[in-house]
Amino acid sequence: MSIRAVNLTHIYGQGTAFEQYALKNVNFEIQDGEFIGLIGHTGSGKSTLIQHLNGLLKATSGELYYNGENIYAHGYDMKGLRSKVGLVFQYPEHQLFEADVFSDVCFGPKNLNLSQGEIESRAKEALNLVGLDESFYKQSPFELSGGQKRRVAIAGVLAMKPDVLILDEPTAGLDPKGRDEILGQIEKLHREQGLTIILVSHSMEDMARYADRLIVMNKGEKMFDDTPRNVFRHYKELEAMGLAAPQITYIVQALRKEGIPVEEDLITVEEARDAILRLIGK
Amino acid sequence: MLREITLGQYYPVDSVLHRMDPRTKLLGTLLFIISLFCANSWLGYLTAAVFLAITIRLSRVPFRFMVRGLKAILILLLISVSFNLFLTSGEVVWQLGILKITREGIRTAIFMALRLIFLVIGSSVMTLTTTPNELTDGLEKGLGFLNKVGVPVHEVAMMMSIALRFIPILIEEADKIMKAQMARGADFESGNLIQRAKSMVPLLVPLFISAFRRATDLAMAMEARCYHGGEGRTKMKPLCYRKRDRIAQVILTGYLCLIIGTRFIA
Repeated sequence: MSIRAVNLTHIYGQGTAFEQYALKNVNFEIQDGEFIGLIGHTGSGKSTLIQHLNGLLKATSGELYYNGENIYAHGYDMKGLRSKVGLVFQYPEHQLFEADVFSDVCFGPKNLNLSQGEIESRAKEALNLVGLDESFYKQSPFELSGGQKRRVAIAGVLAMKPDVLILDEPTAGLDPKGRDEILGQIEKLHREQGLTIILVSHSMEDMARYADRLIVMNKGEKMFDDTPRNVFRHYKELEAMGLAAPQITYIVQALRKEGIPVEEDLITVEEARDAILRLIGK
Repeated sequence: MLREITLGQYYPVDSVLHRMDPRTKLLGTLLFIISLFCANSWLGYLTAAVFLAITIRLSRVPFRFMVRGLKAILILLLISVSFNLFLTSGEVVWQLGILKITREGIRTAIFMALRLIFLVIGSSVMTLTTTPNELTDGLEKGLGFLNKVGVPVHEVAMMMSIALRFIPILIEEADKIMKAQMARGADFESGNLIQRAKSMVPLLVPLFISAFRRATDLAMAMEARCYHGGEGRTKMKPLCYRKRDRIAQVILTGYLCLIIGTRFIA
């Protein structure tokens, strides 16, 4: 089970005066059960890239393989692919349309032509996974808070039972509590359900904390593809792309400049805390 | 898919026509249309063709963009040509059953076709060289005198420019929602008419909600900046006629006189 992109290239408005490269020869392979962080400056091609992964956009050239099958092959089952690779767009609460929460979550599985019983059990399971209990089922999605709406929308995708879950900035516009809840639930899905997660985010702290591997996009090209620790070593290059390393990395750098011998590649607050305590303890 | 629709087909280059005051261009288009209805001879149409060719040249917009607009009127063109061709009475040159083509018919049909084609290309020159905003600005100022008879010109122009501004935003929004629903397995393309109409619900409900949300947000933002209608409102780029507009107006008047003149020569 894997996603493999080979020389993926996407050009918007090909053949017009407004031609623009959104992706340029992107190659990567994502294995089952990985937690991938996708970062890049606005307009770097992240959103375009993730829309390729479930076939919503077709590459201008290059191939994309899901579980070894070329998704651009003639007669490939796109609907099947979309049920296996779930995509949660930015501000997903804007896609809610049903009169109550439960029916909205049922929309995805209903499109898969499942039996009524299966649809309902999947919807219940999905709502349970995002932490919404039965008291929410009959409420109108438009009366909920921002964070609750977003969880309903994520449940709407989870109800399709995807193997891969792609989230485009799932915490944008949420308060700190809502943010932590959403990220905590994503992490739980990854840990307990074994879902492959691809998370797009602008928060380097979140990336350092959750991702196993980081893919960095810049101007449509893949710049780095490595563990967060290794990627954040290149913080100077990241800054040149309009990105950054986690705040704590800068603090560690400043400490080292002052002659305090903490390790160089600390990327989370906890790691830094432990390292500093070790130093003091000595 | 939806992204490719562009409204107002403004073509961004720098030319004399692009820099001209939108009012001059509106007036010019109006005069050109009047001139097309005045022309009644080969000489008249030739003059109009030469004038149009020079304008296109001056606009520096590729000719193929002008022709695009013609696709929309192709059927209208065919119908009016065949009506004129077969239903004009006069000297018969070809006959098959009740269908007959007359010498006068051919002449009227060709003139009619030329008139329609020139009309569309002529107005395309205006829309290709003028942004929708300039156009509404031009209309607002040009029709300002209607204020005196109680027509709220500014408000109408403001509504027009907001509506124009919202079209691409809503198209983009529709595209996004459509993709989000497709990611949940929605199918917008197959099925019979009723199924397809039903499948639009998950697209239309969120789209309407977002349109209303955007509308209230915009109204709030305008009020927060003390918008209170057209009275006493100044412009960042006030329209004013320059030398090139005066020259254009003289040329236009000359052109119209020339076309009217051709009526008497023939």
